[in-house]
Amino acid sequence: METRPKADVVICGFGWAGSTMAEELTRAGLNVVAIERGKWRDTSTDFPPAVDPDELKWHTRRNMLQPMSVETTTFRNNTGQTAAPVRNWSAYQFGWDVGGAGTHWAGMSWRFTPWDFQVATQTKERYGAGRLNELDLDFVQDWGVTYDEMETYYDRFERIAGTSGKAGNLNGQKIKGGNVFEGARKREYPTPPLKDTYWMSKYRKTVEDMGYHPFTIPAGNLSQSYVNTLGVTMGPCTYCGFCDFHGCGNFSKSSPQACILPALMRRKNFTLLTETEVLHGVKSEDGKTLTGVNCITADGTEVFQPADVVCFTAYQMDNVRLMLLSKVGTPYDPSTGEGTIGRNYNYQTCASMTGFFDDSHMNPFIGAGALGVQIDDFNGDNFDHAGLDFIGGGGIMGYSTDGRPIAHMNSLRGGAKRWGSEWKKAYARDYSTAGNIFVQGTSMPTRGNYLSLDPNYKDRHGQPLLRVTFDWAENDKKMTNWVTDKAKEIMVNAGGKDINLERQTDQSWNPYSQDSSHTIGGAVIGADPTRSALNPYLQSWDCPNLFVVGASAFPNNGGYNPTVTVGALAIRAAEAIHTEYMKNPGALVKA
Amino acid sequence: MAKWIKIAGGVVVLAAIGAGGWAYSALNTSRSSVADDSVTLAKFTSSDAEAIKRGEYVMRMGDCAACHTREDGDFAGGYEIATPFGTLVSSNITPDTDTGIGNMTEKDFFNAVRQGIGSHGMLYPAMPYTAYAKFTDQDMHDLWAYMSTVKPVKHDVDENGGMSFPFNIRLAMAGWDMLFFKNEGFTPDSSQSEAWNRGKYIVDGGGHCSACHSPRNFLSAEKESAYLQGGSLGDWYAPDLTSNPHVGLGNTSAEDIASYLTTGSDGVAVAAGPMAEAVEHSLQYLTTDDAMAVATYLKSIPASATKPGTAPKMSDSETARLADVYEVNCSACHGLNGEGISGMVPAFAGNHGLLGDDATNLVHAMLKGARAAHTHTAQTAAGMPSFAWKMDDKDIAEILTYVRNSWGNSAAPVSADQVGAMRAALDARDQIKVAD
Repeated sequence: METRPKADVVICGFGWAGSTMAEELTRAGLNVVAIERGKWRDTSTDFPPAVDPDELKWHTRRNMLQPMSVETTTFRNNTGQTAAPVRNWSAYQFGWDVGGAGTHWAGMSWRFTPWDFQVATQTKERYGAGRLNELDLDFVQDWGVTYDEMETYYDRFERIAGTSGKAGNLNGQKIKGGNVFEGARKREYPTPPLKDTYWMSKYRKTVEDMGYHPFTIPAGNLSQSYVNTLGVTMGPCTYCGFCDFHGCGNFSKSSPQACILPALMRRKNFTLLTETEVLHGVKSEDGKTLTGVNCITADGTEVFQPADVVCFTAYQMDNVRLMLLSKVGTPYDPSTGEGTIGRNYNYQTCASMTGFFDDSHMNPFIGAGALGVQIDDFNGDNFDHAGLDFIGGGGIMGYSTDGRPIAHMNSLRGGAKRWGSEWKKAYARDYSTAGNIFVQGTSMPTRGNYLSLDPNYKDRHGQPLLRVTFDWAENDKKMTNWVTDKAKEIMVNAGGKDINLERQTDQSWNPYSQDSSHTIGGAVIGADPTRSALNPYLQSWDCPNLFVVGASAFPNNGGYNPTVTVGALAIRAAEAIHTEYMKNPGALVKA
Repeated sequence: MAKWIKIAGGVVVLAAIGAGGWAYSALNTSRSSVADDSVTLAKFTSSDAEAIKRGEYVMRMGDCAACHTREDGDFAGGYEIATPFGTLVSSNITPDTDTGIGNMTEKDFFNAVRQGIGSHGMLYPAMPYTAYAKFTDQDMHDLWAYMSTVKPVKHDVDENGGMSFPFNIRLAMAGWDMLFFKNEGFTPDSSQSEAWNRGKYIVDGGGHCSACHSPRNFLSAEKESAYLQGGSLGDWYAPDLTSNPHVGLGNTSAEDIASYLTTGSDGVAVAAGPMAEAVEHSLQYLTTDDAMAVATYLKSIPASATKPGTAPKMSDSETARLADVYEVNCSACHGLNGEGISGMVPAFAGNHGLLGDDATNLVHAMLKGARAAHTHTAQTAAGMPSFAWKMDDKDIAEILTYVRNSWGNSAAPVSADQVGAMRAALDARDQIKVAD
């Protein structure tokens, strides 16, 4: 075992959360070591424009993702089953590179709404104190931090990422063309919204005629060049449509590479260890804090990295696994409802549909990972749920995110032959006539959904795999049935024919047939240490020098992509570390 | 540094000349008599904070760290300069007494920096003492004060042990010095402004701009008649800095030149290769006044006689085909109209530094990629990817000819042979083989 020089802060996992925190902490003068299991990846050497659109490499073969042969999770729907390992590409998209999932994400750059942070309080206020219990939603709880408290951190992250969009709520003033349902923002987006494709303009007109409030989705695919708050320049998006699963060749997609690393890598108080995997935290003799982390290099050397503060900033699942492997806190037990590590694990409730528009030319090869028009009229608590048998909702988007030629071979009208010349004819007919709608819904926690260490399966280092126990919440099934009906009305009104509708809640959850990679929870923040693993600064209630940062901290899922909320929470946690914790080490919130 | 290869070639002859008898101003060290000759660097620690700060600035201006700092510690030397005659290694200039310059007095230091007379023999002109000769006594005193604050590092360097006979004989440099080294300081021109004089002092002294930007004669000394009119470094080309409107700075404002020096870009061009290193290690530290002084002086240099290159005749269909090649391969970053991304990705339209007859920089960037400078104000340091794997010599020559003759540009065509020669010289990979 080799021991490295002690750092002020060690960052475990170097995606958005890790790089954002490292930037904030090194700027404050702290000595930071970041550890990443994947390889160094850079724009001009790994995915320049001539390499980036290689769909076979990046999308089909998922070259930037952690292979299941290296490490996986096990899965079951409920405690009555025995979990089995996930052995093929699935809903879980773990980064396997410097930049993490922040390198291969699509770029949808949402803030969660004020309601998402306070579902418990606001549901009780609006629908009665007993409403959550009636809906079997006793595990729903507030985050312990409000949207208004998060605003400044959302703003900071957007200014680093360069987010393109149009405000719909500036300091309480509603603005047509933006999302009038969003929480109040103090200023406009850093860059203007992306342009509409033909399908988006058709969708926009349809929903407007139906009396809804369309807006362009806030995007990490930049509408124009931009110099961010760190002095890093980003380029304008070319609408090439190879974004999610791909890197970005022309510096246009918000990512650690495009936004943070150029500034961070030159700082003398920052060190990055690549191809080095953190195994677990190491406890101090009294068991109350961590002294650092043990990790293993690609050649099998075990290394101890000592640090005053440890941050787990890996993928949501790995954050929870690292807590369990480090034996911090009490593992959640669904039979008693006690314990906090693994509690409130959740997924995202989605539905998708494709309609076909004869004689139209949608030209899907014009795209961007976050290119779409959405309505939030049925998202969150933006509509009255009195008389409905659920809470929550979903955003309904008409999107033009990609035109990948291989993947689209699989989205043909019902009845199309799957091979031969008739299939080719059908593909030629359907590629450019398809219009797509996606419903991305909220998800509420339940007692039975959780994460734990698997008793049977181990990884290559001999440590237990993470076990996922999950199935859809009844509330969320009812929600998505209702919202998806609204979405189908839109598709019909737009003129789409031969509609393919896929409602994911129609079957029990399994990882191979999902449209979202937005897994959340398992190490959630909250005001009550008996119901949350972390305080609202993402500091462990049980181990004050451990901060666990990522979507693992979300107690419930919004009807949005998680990245910007992860980034904002990361900045907030890092600020708490360098302004409060380092001066006075200990719990930032009294239990 | 590649020029050093040629310099060494001439040295053999000159050593013979030099042996005849030498009463040479080159070796007259009377200028150094203003310096102390009693206290060695190891025993000296300046307590003059202002002098130390000014000295650090002189160090930045002279770009000492570029060659003298590698992974062995600040100023501990170890930078290898490969030549066909062997390898030169930069020396340890920390105050260490055994392996550094700890035993030098201030006077020894003046002799070494301004005249190339080192503690164990003549320095090779890879050390730009030919330019540093211009340093004022005050700047030298300040630099000495700064060097006294450098941490001693024990790192033994055999500077010329890797040079083969007879190039390992330091005395040979005396002959070269006799012919080409002017042992004189900077003389201000009272008919010019203070800024102009300051600019010339930086350009000809610490900045040693002409070391790369002036062409060399057959003995590899700078051609004074073609001062700053552009020089070849072998695998890079240092462009014309005169007011030539076609290939020089004639169309660039002084403000834009200053911005280029301190950020690596004037909004059109972006420094890459050795110039990116110069910006990163040295020029970004210039004060705004000094950067403007350099620009003021450069703008005053009369235009070279270079005319725009003769554009090749291309058919409409050929132009249209290359426009497609450009759109597919280049436009994502360089823009549909060759406009680039300001401060980050070079424009082609109106980028005069790319239009000289010598297209080495463009060919180099296509074959090996390139990276912009990282500076405190411009953090991106964007990279240009290599196209060696994707394009053959003809493809590269054609697309470079296209960008050199589009959007109002006019320049001589680039030949496939030139690309091929450079592919070999740079050891760039061949185009990927695709099965028929």
